[in-house]
Amino acid sequence: MLRLEKRPNPSKIWGYLAPVLAVIATMIGGGVMFALLGKDPFEAIRIIFYDPLFSEFAWYYRPQLLIKGAPLILIAIGLSMGFRAGIWNIGAEGQYIIGAICGAGAALAVYPLESALIFPVMILCGAIGGFAWAMIPAILKTKFGTNEILVSLMLVYVAEQLLASMSLGLMKNPEGFGFPGSRNLQHYASAHNAELWVGSGIHLGVVFALIAVIFGYIMLARHQMGFHIRLMGESPKAARFAGVNPNKLVIYCLGFSGALAGLAGMFEVAGPSGQISIDFNVGYGFTAIIVAFLGRLNPFGIMLAGLLMALTYIGGEIAQSSLGLPSAAIQAFQGMLLFFLLALDMLTNFKIKLANAEVRT
Amino acid sequence: MSKTLLHLNGLTKTYPGVIANDDVSFDIAAGEIHALLGENGAGKSTLVKMIYGLVRPDHGTMQMEGVSFVPAEPRAARAVGVAMVFQHFSLFEALSVAENIALGMENPPKANALSARITEVSQSYGLPLDPERLVGDLSAGERQRVEIIRCLLQEPKLLIMDEPTSVLTPQEVTTLFTTLRKLKDEGTSILYISHKLEEIRALCETATILRGGKKVATCDPREKSARDLAEMMVGGKLNLAESKETTLGEVVLEISDLSLPPQSAFGTSLRNISLRLHRGEILGIGGVAGNGQDELLACMSGEVITTAEAIQLNGLSLGHMSPNERRTLGVLAAPEERLGHAAAPDMSLTENAMLTAMTRKSLSKSGFLDWPRAKDFAEQVIKKFDVRTPGPQSAARSLSGGNLQKFVIGREVLQDPSVLIVNQPTWGVDAAAAADIRQALLDLAAKGASVIVISQDLDELMEISTSFAALNAGRLSAARPMAELSLDEIGLLLGGADAAA
Amino acid sequence: MDLSAISPTLLVASLMVAATPILLAAIGELVVEKSGVLNLGVEGMMIMGAISGFAAAVLTGSPMVGFLCAALGGAALSMIFAILTQYFLSNQVATGLALTLFGLGLSAMLGQSYVGIKPPVSAKLELSLISDIPVMGPILFSHDFTVYAALALVAGVWWFLKYTRGGLILRAVGESHDAAHALGYKVVRVRILAIMFGGACAGLGGAALSLVRVPQWTEGMTAGSGWIALAIVVFASWKPARVLLGAYLFGGVAVLQLNLQAAGVSIPVEYLSMSPYLITIIVLVVMSANRSKSALNAPAALGRVFHASR
Repeated sequence: MLRLEKRPNPSKIWGYLAPVLAVIATMIGGGVMFALLGKDPFEAIRIIFYDPLFSEFAWYYRPQLLIKGAPLILIAIGLSMGFRAGIWNIGAEGQYIIGAICGAGAALAVYPLESALIFPVMILCGAIGGFAWAMIPAILKTKFGTNEILVSLMLVYVAEQLLASMSLGLMKNPEGFGFPGSRNLQHYASAHNAELWVGSGIHLGVVFALIAVIFGYIMLARHQMGFHIRLMGESPKAARFAGVNPNKLVIYCLGFSGALAGLAGMFEVAGPSGQISIDFNVGYGFTAIIVAFLGRLNPFGIMLAGLLMALTYIGGEIAQSSLGLPSAAIQAFQGMLLFFLLALDMLTNFKIKLANAEVRT
Repeated sequence: MSKTLLHLNGLTKTYPGVIANDDVSFDIAAGEIHALLGENGAGKSTLVKMIYGLVRPDHGTMQMEGVSFVPAEPRAARAVGVAMVFQHFSLFEALSVAENIALGMENPPKANALSARITEVSQSYGLPLDPERLVGDLSAGERQRVEIIRCLLQEPKLLIMDEPTSVLTPQEVTTLFTTLRKLKDEGTSILYISHKLEEIRALCETATILRGGKKVATCDPREKSARDLAEMMVGGKLNLAESKETTLGEVVLEISDLSLPPQSAFGTSLRNISLRLHRGEILGIGGVAGNGQDELLACMSGEVITTAEAIQLNGLSLGHMSPNERRTLGVLAAPEERLGHAAAPDMSLTENAMLTAMTRKSLSKSGFLDWPRAKDFAEQVIKKFDVRTPGPQSAARSLSGGNLQKFVIGREVLQDPSVLIVNQPTWGVDAAAAADIRQALLDLAAKGASVIVISQDLDELMEISTSFAALNAGRLSAARPMAELSLDEIGLLLGGADAAA
Repeated sequence: MDLSAISPTLLVASLMVAATPILLAAIGELVVEKSGVLNLGVEGMMIMGAISGFAAAVLTGSPMVGFLCAALGGAALSMIFAILTQYFLSNQVATGLALTLFGLGLSAMLGQSYVGIKPPVSAKLELSLISDIPVMGPILFSHDFTVYAALALVAGVWWFLKYTRGGLILRAVGESHDAAHALGYKVVRVRILAIMFGGACAGLGGAALSLVRVPQWTEGMTAGSGWIALAIVVFASWKPARVLLGAYLFGGVAVLQLNLQAAGVSIPVEYLSMSPYLITIIVLVVMSANRSKSALNAPAALGRVFHASR
């Protein structure tokens, strides 16, 4: 019979090994799933993980990796702060939408004026929009003790309705022949989040994601705020004893993650997506939760995890067209990855022992 | 000698790295009160858990009334008449007394019948209890009655009691002993676990002493002196903390009319607490746990904010200040719960040093943390306080209770506090570490700091404090010089006799 | 705009139907939380129930088999959560989220070929005499059997928790797993059973949505119902009767806003569609503002990891 035994010190090796093993286990589990769907599992795994990087069309897919990875990383860095402190913002999808609406709104309000100031103002508006949306659960939690998980999530649905209302009403393109959706910002020079080098996939959002990774690292490793965040997650009572004000932490963590999610939304609407439309959001805010955990809530880990997750998105799209793999299969695949990670995570804190029948475990 | 009820033969249980019990054998006779004596970590808990079926021995056998006894789970132990009163963890606060008792029985009668039985048993043994009340609203002594009645309803042959008096006032202890003697006269055997020597000599006719998992002796405690028993328990001479003569200086800390509403559903409120703490004074605050100790410490450490004027340091109001502002002023604290309050379990000792020493040891500059300095400080604490650990990178949870407590106390003492407040500084700590900790507190006071020691252990308070006050139901008695007080008077204070202060 | 088109009798009757999926999921989650486990995967289990129930009903032509498979589907998914949290000691919040994400993906995948199909009609309680009584008839006696099954389940859970020994043990485990363990109760076993019950209930709730309420299969059709069920458990301060109240209140809001949309009220459709979510938030705020009241009923061990050490 197997028995768990708590390690005196958390294992460093397993900390690195668990995510790697989880990816391998998911490839196997996913392969089984694809086989059940009647697809060749080896080909599917190859298409998802290998082709985007090394096939003959890799020149097209590699920049996509950055374009899809950047919002995931940006949002996940923000979420990871809260998750470490036990503050669960799971409404990043909503903050992402509001950031996009605010950022695009700022540009559309002054259309067709061209000015170098427009883009910085959009960035600011995007961040503020996401921040403000995240302040709703934050303030409700600090003032009334309302559960932030449920409130932030409910606000996703509210934001989706708001998005629909915007693309059908206020922000609808007057020259759009009655189709829903706003003007395309890609055709509005001052507001376009263009690639910095053509064909590289690197737009300003990618730069911001990189800055967020470095900022997050310094924060957690070297700064008092990061220490307090970790302390709060480890042991709330010890954190209070150390002088941490839990309410400030709630405001900070939700605000920070909201602002980053808002930024991600703004960069997306001004760049790769181009317009506010009903189906503008594609679930980055939820996938970022997986990214944050897969990266073990560590900024550099999140960067790798974000790129990996972007890979599965791109690979999933290729598999969809070439193998007829349903698009939802990738979502299930990502969920499976999180399961394996959570299961293997136990090994950082516990040893598995072969036990001579302990009475009850 | 009456016949043997339970025969233990060669019981051995090992955990990774520790031999909890090593070849322990002894007999418990029918109708005797048998003491199981030993320090923390001597293996008392593991031994009784084996008898109660919570843990299975690696080797060895047990016989109950001559029949082989291999309890696979507590239910099996209860079926042959073994009952146990736990020290912790076995009552449900949000459930009623009757529900709690029903949970401890195999086939509880219908609710009404059970309530009637509870009332009947509680009256016949002098343990008054209302079956409909929520356990969360009961005092520590009343909760123990719930546990005892839960056991008595099963009419046990062997009643195991784990440190039953640690939560009782001296008067409540007397009542408990009367109940236990009555049970004994009715033929029930009692296995009485304790590390308090005097009460064992008063109550028990047989004592088995454990040390480091092994049986040291089985003897009649009434024939031995407390010192003999202590030396058998510890295995060597005891160092008693040495107190230096101190004269009290001026008032340093003053608490005036501090009141606090309960912080949680079953929390205690503080009522009109006032005290004056002098330079060089060690004020012992006695009282049974759950009477406001944690709340009082939280008010002083700054975890709970009060009105500014309620707490004053040299005339400066600080009741509204955060923990770190108070630390800057030299008011430090060490809460009772080591893991999870005084220290974060999964963090290293370096990080745990950062936890409270950030301001006073200037471990942070404009928000950025100086980890090398924190490590140095952690190493200093480890060295000065003889903390047994591989090094400052070890997680707090990997340390034994005594070593972690030394680290926690050392971390505060080495920050040169002007006022230090500690809660239960030696709870669950082995005797050697406890003596070191007490000595450190005495030395600190001798250097001119003021110390408040909140403790349930009266022996400890009598040993180190210069003055004494009792905390009862959130009220604090007036402080009196320790030397003037007799044990009886202390008992009365703890029972709330002088709560008007 | 024609508000008179909204008939109060039909409103009450249809709110009972609208509330049933959430009521089923919420009463299951209540049992789970009473055992001290917080399963945030309700949304995922619900949608798994919705698709497994729908698929089974379409394949066999029997709504009853559909409901049975929905319960099994929900319970099967909840087993993943049970194993991860109870044996692998994973964080309950993270695992619950993973369950929802996984459930949404898996259901969409399984449901691909079922989009746009009509399910077999499930039996209505046809008591022609009493269901013809004006007002009371449509409200009380003319529903699909799920409405009554959900009510019976609420009553059953209430009775189980209050009067049975099993219920007492369940509450005890949720209150303090250490104490329950010390008394010899099998904490992990009790919790796994509770989690599976919760999964089965959420699955039934999902099927009530896809087979009765809508009835159709679309991707992500639960649209937050699982989360609202979680909110209702908090609203109810863990009391079964109040779960009923909460679910019907919510059902009322949902039906009313649909009726208002149909009646062509001048508020844009999107803002009406937001209302259920906004009202959930408001209710949560009101409930948490006077926390002391509900604190007594909240299971003390909720969300805490149990590992029996020495």
